[in-house]
Amino acid sequence: MDKVDAALLEEIANIHETPIGAYNLRKNGEGVARQNTANIEIITKKDKPGIDIVIAPGTKNESVHIPVILTETGLNDVVYNDFYVGDGADVVIVAGCGIHNCGDQKSQHDGIHTFHIGKNAKIKYIEKHYGEGEGTGERILNPVTVVEQDENSHCEMEMVQIRGVDSTERKTTANLKAGAKLIVTERLLTHGKQLATSDIEVNLNGEDASAQIVSRTVAKNESRQIFRYNAVGNDKCRAHVQCDSIIMDDAKVSSIPAISANSVDAQIIHEAAIGRINNDQLLKLMTFGMSEEEAEEVIINGFLK
Amino acid sequence: MLEIKNLSFDVDTDKGNLEIIDNISLTVPDNAFTVITGPNGGGKSTLARLVMGLEKPTSGKIIFNGTDITDMSISERAKLGIGYAFQQPPRFKGLTVRKLISLAAGEELPEDECCGYLTGVGLCSKDYLNREMDASLSGGEAKRIEIATLMARKLELAIFDEPEAGIDLWSFSMLVESFRKLTGNKHKSVIVISHQERIMNLADRMVVIAGGRIEAEGTKDEIYPSLLKESTSDVCAFRKGDRE
Repeated sequence: MDKVDAALLEEIANIHETPIGAYNLRKNGEGVARQNTANIEIITKKDKPGIDIVIAPGTKNESVHIPVILTETGLNDVVYNDFYVGDGADVVIVAGCGIHNCGDQKSQHDGIHTFHIGKNAKIKYIEKHYGEGEGTGERILNPVTVVEQDENSHCEMEMVQIRGVDSTERKTTANLKAGAKLIVTERLLTHGKQLATSDIEVNLNGEDASAQIVSRTVAKNESRQIFRYNAVGNDKCRAHVQCDSIIMDDAKVSSIPAISANSVDAQIIHEAAIGRINNDQLLKLMTFGMSEEEAEEVIINGFLK
Repeated sequence: MLEIKNLSFDVDTDKGNLEIIDNISLTVPDNAFTVITGPNGGGKSTLARLVMGLEKPTSGKIIFNGTDITDMSISERAKLGIGYAFQQPPRFKGLTVRKLISLAAGEELPEDECCGYLTGVGLCSKDYLNREMDASLSGGEAKRIEIATLMARKLELAIFDEPEAGIDLWSFSMLVESFRKLTGNKHKSVIVISHQERIMNLADRMVVIAGGRIEAEGTKDEIYPSLLKESTSDVCAFRKGDRE
């Protein structure tokens, strides 16, 4: 592993050395390192690129790291990762993709992740996307995430993209059975001429299913962001969608909310706000001795934290 | 020492030019607790904001410890040791109370020190340290945290803009106690804009501002009795007029 690889891994998965537990490292379209544990098995798919991650029922306090890095220019990497989380398991899954593109051709990674979360299982999924490199080639990430939650399962997803990704098109769909709970936190910062779109559809299909989607984004320079979130209540359920964006410079942000209730007992709320940084916030921090730029940085970092 | 010389501040309105501060000259000595009072809309907050640099004067000079700060930025004034607690503190999504107090202090503060400042403004610190300074806080809570951000600094001049607003009586006693300890101890001089008798009682000096001008200025003993008399006669005159 060279310096560029190490820096990317640190950025996307906070990995400094070989991770503890199961892991699979994919670099430039190929698996380069893997470790299974007694309870977590990673199997290469035979019909298409990608892996199956099989987590045995009842597995507790284990983690899986599956980072992807792209350092070659002109690569279009499509990968299918399926997670089978056994009943009653409780695990942390760290994914993420880092692109270092110093060439003039586009580098693209499309990760298609499907989660099958068993009854009473609990997962925390952390996904970070990051791009860097001096080249003029575009860095593109188009993740597709499908979540199938069985009864009383708990899924917390944290999806972060801070800087460096030229274009991203995210599609997330979740189907929840009775008592299942989903929490999605999406944090995004775009700058330059970047474009980010995110579509999330959550179907609450069983009694007492609940979902909370929180999106905090910052659009700088001439970047564009488009959000389409839809929460569909098909039974007695609760959902809360909250989208909050800070718009700066010449950026453009659209937040297109949709909530649908197909049951009289569904309670669904959507809140959306787009606005510039409040002038009083800047002034307040400047009275602590910060410059306007420093104050702006503190406000954005806090907002995206 | 703060010296305000012939300071004016105008704004353009639909009805023409409006003078918010009208040629005010004032000296605020060191090691003193100065209370500025007067009717709402009289220009008190504007004067404080002009000293902090949040507004730019139309004319006049502001001299602080011998330096002309009239054209200085907010952060330059902050670095000279001027601090201002907002009348309506802004909220910050994602920023915890602990982080905000640390930012005010200019360094990452240990937990017990942060707790001390929160206790000083009547907040149970462990409930608030990791709370976000966002819209979930009540007006009174945000106001007290705002005051704590000034308590966490060592300033040459600390300005509090109506610190009592929105604060319940019980917490207010504790706040008065904290203010009592401020001057000469933590901060060299303190200006408090207030309508509260108990805060005025702490004053070494008092300034009454109305209609953008200084109406009276002097020690507490000189100003306070006349203030009480005036307010009573005002109320009576109003009542009388009302009945007729």
